[in-house]
Amino acid sequence: MNSISNILNQQSILGLFSTEDSAADALDALSEAGFEPKEYEILTGTPYPEGTFGEEEPKHKLFRFPLIGAACGFIIGLGLTTATQLAYPVVTGGKPILSIPAMLIIMYEGTMLGAILMTVAGIVFESRLPRLFMGAYSPKITEGFIGVAVTSAPEKIQKAEEVLKKCGAEEITSGQDTTE
Amino acid sequence: MQEHTQLTQKQINDDLLRSVFTVPRWWPGSTLILLLIFIAGACAFGYMINKGLGVTGLNRPAYWGVYIVNFVFWIGISHAGIMVSAILRLTQAEWRRPITRAAEVLTVFSLTSALMAAPLTHVGRQWRVLYWVFPYDFARGVWPNVRSPFVWDPSAVMTYLIASTLFVLICLVPDLAIIRDRSKGLRKKIYSVLSLGWRGTPRQWKLQTVAGILLSALVLPVFASVHSIVSWDFAVQIGPEAWHSTIFAPYFIIGAIHSGVSAVATLMVVMVWAWGYKTYITPDHLDAIGRLLIVVAVTWFFFFFLEWIYALYTLEFGELAMRELQVFSWPYGALFILFLFTAFLIPVPMWLFRNIRRSYLWMFITTILVNIGMWLERFLIIVPGVIRRGELMFNWGTYHPSIIEILMVLATFGWMMFGLLVFSKIFPLVPLFDVKEGMVGRDEIKIGRRTVPASIRE
Repeated sequence: MNSISNILNQQSILGLFSTEDSAADALDALSEAGFEPKEYEILTGTPYPEGTFGEEEPKHKLFRFPLIGAACGFIIGLGLTTATQLAYPVVTGGKPILSIPAMLIIMYEGTMLGAILMTVAGIVFESRLPRLFMGAYSPKITEGFIGVAVTSAPEKIQKAEEVLKKCGAEEITSGQDTTE
Repeated sequence: MQEHTQLTQKQINDDLLRSVFTVPRWWPGSTLILLLIFIAGACAFGYMINKGLGVTGLNRPAYWGVYIVNFVFWIGISHAGIMVSAILRLTQAEWRRPITRAAEVLTVFSLTSALMAAPLTHVGRQWRVLYWVFPYDFARGVWPNVRSPFVWDPSAVMTYLIASTLFVLICLVPDLAIIRDRSKGLRKKIYSVLSLGWRGTPRQWKLQTVAGILLSALVLPVFASVHSIVSWDFAVQIGPEAWHSTIFAPYFIIGAIHSGVSAVATLMVVMVWAWGYKTYITPDHLDAIGRLLIVVAVTWFFFFFLEWIYALYTLEFGELAMRELQVFSWPYGALFILFLFTAFLIPVPMWLFRNIRRSYLWMFITTILVNIGMWLERFLIIVPGVIRRGELMFNWGTYHPSIIEILMVLATFGWMMFGLLVFSKIFPLVPLFDVKEGMVGRDEIKIGRRTVPASIRE
């Protein structure tokens, strides 16, 4: 119960930086000031090479999704082609009812479709989307500013603001995002 | 890339979102005309449903006409998106950045045009298509015949359409967030929902990058299967002997790439002329796609040559009769010459010149020529194939497309262009985040006494 109330009581603050270096410095300074990596995050309007700001490398399990999808698609393709031929068994030229080469084509498409659908689901899931509440956010991020968002207990927010200011934040907004 | 233009994120947003936030003067009129063309085709379709296939030029033995020609043509164009987007993405070609989205969207709309061309218009009794393809009619106990290429075909095309659409949508999310951040009122609410709460965290960017590569890798095998299966509609059926060719699958694929990449080049020029993206789609980009087109066109011509060699070397009656019909009979002979010149003999020698490759006008003209030629190529495979008088035939004839068919063919072109224009009004045609990523890793480096533009990546 305590941990839930702690999460609910958390506050957010967002510092906007105009250069990559100052944003990276802010992350270092937050770490030195005793903030945990899970308490702050970097927000950018463009992809940067991993580790540009000294942030932790995000871990994901996306590659499992297409494998699961492919297996499901293969089984569905196999089931559909087998069941439809057995349900209406027409012998053609004395050949077996189940026409393997023809089945392979549909099973192949089913496999690929399953893999693609699950990959897309995996991308959305692993990106932690959809997100109902934006948290600390500013539309200036998509205009080129680099945001450093800190979400922590109310007593630590003042300290975070000082750190962000010291590192050259051009603008600091607190509370919920300004886009909603 | 030889040119070096460094733009800020705000400049990129301003330039590339202009089409979304403002209405270009040419846009309403052009969209209306294209919509009217599509409506004319839809009316022709309604008339055909009411009166039956007798209103078309289709007859015995010409059961396949311009609907199927158009279907194969649009499937070919749809290979543009994957060729340009997936392959160039996987090979990390820098010049892909401004054109990937347009190519992917071209794929989606040309696939819908293909579906309009064959399953919707060609089959005669459209309301029966569903249970020909999907096993849903439990009351009858009649199921799709999985041994038929006409069941393989929809399974491949639908897989390709779903995959391409999802590919476009996933890559759109970061750009939708930019539109959300710049919008107000109802538009903001709509784009907030569409952008799924995107914030631009390192995790989201990493997944976006991996998604591009992973989806490219997954769509590529589908891309190869789609046109192979379309070619098997011809190659495995009991019909014209000249269609029973083992080379059809790769020949169709390379032909599709030839017409598809040409269509992308045409679209690049249109994007510069209509939307003013000259800063983003430069002569360097046209030069790059021009070089790619030379390789693709020569490879296609090699397969075309092989197809003819294999046909003539066997000295089989059916093959020779079909080739004779294609080359020496009116009007196919004239169309064959036009096809050869437009698909290969005019554009390829022209692309050898750097000035041509870097010219918007010449690239527009030559790539349009390629697609005229590639449409004719499909016409010349299909129509002479079906009208040839075969053994034990009780009737034969010729084929002239009726005005109904011509209207429906035009409608597919109108639909594809209409779709692109409407898309450009709702979503950016150039992927903003991809262009911005390119800018992050771009710089000029000094080597000796020269300063050269460079792209740096991990």
